[in-house]
Amino acid sequence: MNSMKHKKPATEYSTVGSRVFDVVNVAVLVGLALVTVLPLLYVLAGSFAGEAEISSRPFFLWPEKFVTESYRYIFATDTFVRALLTTVVVTAVGTVVQVLLTFTMAYPLAKRYLPGRALVLNLIIFTLVFTGGMIPTYLVVRDLGLLDSYWALILPLAINPFYLIIVKSFFQELPQALEEAARIDGCNEMGVFFKIVLPLSKPIIATFSLFYAVGIWNDYMSPLLYISDPDKWTLQILVRQLVSTDAANALSQMDRTWVPPEQGLKFAVVVIATLPILFFYPFLQKHFTKGVLIGSVKE
Amino acid sequence: MATDLAPPPTSAASISGRRRRRAGLRDVFTRYRWLYLMLLPGVVYFALFKYLPMYGVTIAFQDFLPFLGYSGSPWVGFKHFEELFSGPDFGRLLFNTLFLALLHIVFVFPAPIVVALLLNELRVTVLKRTVQSLVYIPHFLSWTIVASLTYILFAADFGVLSGWIRDVLGDTSKIDYMAQEEWFRPIVVLQQLWKQTGWGTIIYLAALAGVDPQLYEAARMDGAGRFKQLWHVTLPAIRPTIVVMAILASGNLLDSGFEQIWLMTTSLNRSVADVFDTYVYYSGITQGAISYSTAVGLFKGVAGVILIFGSNWLAKRLGQRGLF
Repeated sequence: MNSMKHKKPATEYSTVGSRVFDVVNVAVLVGLALVTVLPLLYVLAGSFAGEAEISSRPFFLWPEKFVTESYRYIFATDTFVRALLTTVVVTAVGTVVQVLLTFTMAYPLAKRYLPGRALVLNLIIFTLVFTGGMIPTYLVVRDLGLLDSYWALILPLAINPFYLIIVKSFFQELPQALEEAARIDGCNEMGVFFKIVLPLSKPIIATFSLFYAVGIWNDYMSPLLYISDPDKWTLQILVRQLVSTDAANALSQMDRTWVPPEQGLKFAVVVIATLPILFFYPFLQKHFTKGVLIGSVKE
Repeated sequence: MATDLAPPPTSAASISGRRRRRAGLRDVFTRYRWLYLMLLPGVVYFALFKYLPMYGVTIAFQDFLPFLGYSGSPWVGFKHFEELFSGPDFGRLLFNTLFLALLHIVFVFPAPIVVALLLNELRVTVLKRTVQSLVYIPHFLSWTIVASLTYILFAADFGVLSGWIRDVLGDTSKIDYMAQEEWFRPIVVLQQLWKQTGWGTIIYLAALAGVDPQLYEAARMDGAGRFKQLWHVTLPAIRPTIVVMAILASGNLLDSGFEQIWLMTTSLNRSVADVFDTYVYYSGITQGAISYSTAVGLFKGVAGVILIFGSNWLAKRLGQRGLF
């Protein structure tokens, strides 16, 4: 056990002040963890509760009466189902495009002997300090004819410079002997990349696929800027419409006699927009430390 | 180093003469054609979506008309900047943006440092791991989800938090706190704390893991208790990390975070919620003042660059290592 290895002399921890601190510390951190997860558990419980229960019980982690009305309602609407499918497809396609572009660019940048490499790297790093901003980027997307196109949700964010630099560093650490051997066998650089390097990079590909996927799934600004056709709304836009405005009005329901569970469907749609992230979270967490030290600097 | 197993330099490098050198350049391209080919899509991406918009900021000095384009629109110099600085919105925007930045520095920036130090003092490994796993979660949730959770928890009629606030304040009216000007800033800060504190600890925990155990031994020999060790060993050990994070944060002082602020802005709290980020969207996309909003964005961008280089310079002057 880790704690055994670092065990410090007993005297140091046996003072009253030290003991009190330990107790308070555990309490504070457990409290912090609870504050983090309780809102999520409440929303999950609320999504399976009836309207009456939501408005009468201020906080609960288990519904008194288990109902699936909210889910049945939103899945019966075109708007929600379309937004969900759109988001799934855009996330899937976008992740493939972004990972492919990032890894193909990172590989040549990892070759120290490539003339011009330093220039390209510096130009990339400069984009971390200064950008053209929202409006000039919007104009480029518009001029490319990408407004109201799903590609506008993918291409402008195709390469995250932080991820690119991390992947480049990873490629630099790879043993070169295998690549050399393949080159001697007459493989060109592209062949080396696809046949030798990518198969060696599976864990890091998995890591950045997850990071990119989370990025697209969660993106609110791009669809807000580039998508105006309600038929092309993504889940995040719909969540916003549902929760902050009159919920039922944002959904087109075929059956007019079905009275929408006003609050319940807010809970349900939040749960569905969160669920994939929580599902992949254990995998994300496994790979954290690889990308995170530079990635977290971003915020 | 492994990557120095480079192909031998091209022979052209040793031969002088302009014609030869041009042939050499062609040699280089032929030799590395696959690598350059792989570089191409990425270079096109950066050219299109990063550098073309940088060129596009020139419209901040024009009266941009879409049908005349970047080159045909008339130049107007600093007109839009003068309009911004002397206009009725600037004071409010600057105040709101700086107020949020100040709250960020006071509450949001130190929070991960404190939590990382607390986690570091936790000796039950299982508990430490569990707490870490849980507090990292919100980082991966979108601002839309965070805003939705806020709406649900602060809902005027059934929200549990608005209920608590009402109990504490002895408030009997069913006020919608989300719509109140005075509640905007506290709620925004709470959201940032909830979403980013846990994730922010990672970088400090990594720095803490790298502290040489012998330093603690030595401190203990000198009779330092737990709290003295924390003050004299642990804190100095993570100071370089804190400095780097502070420099990076200073570059973002005028970035209030578009998505979060936009999602929390309502027609009732605009007077405190309007910041440069959302103002650019509002004036550019909603109202169509393309050149003016580009000027606002450029002002923010340039200020950010000055801030990040300035604080880096300051950090070095104060004897820290700095970022670059």
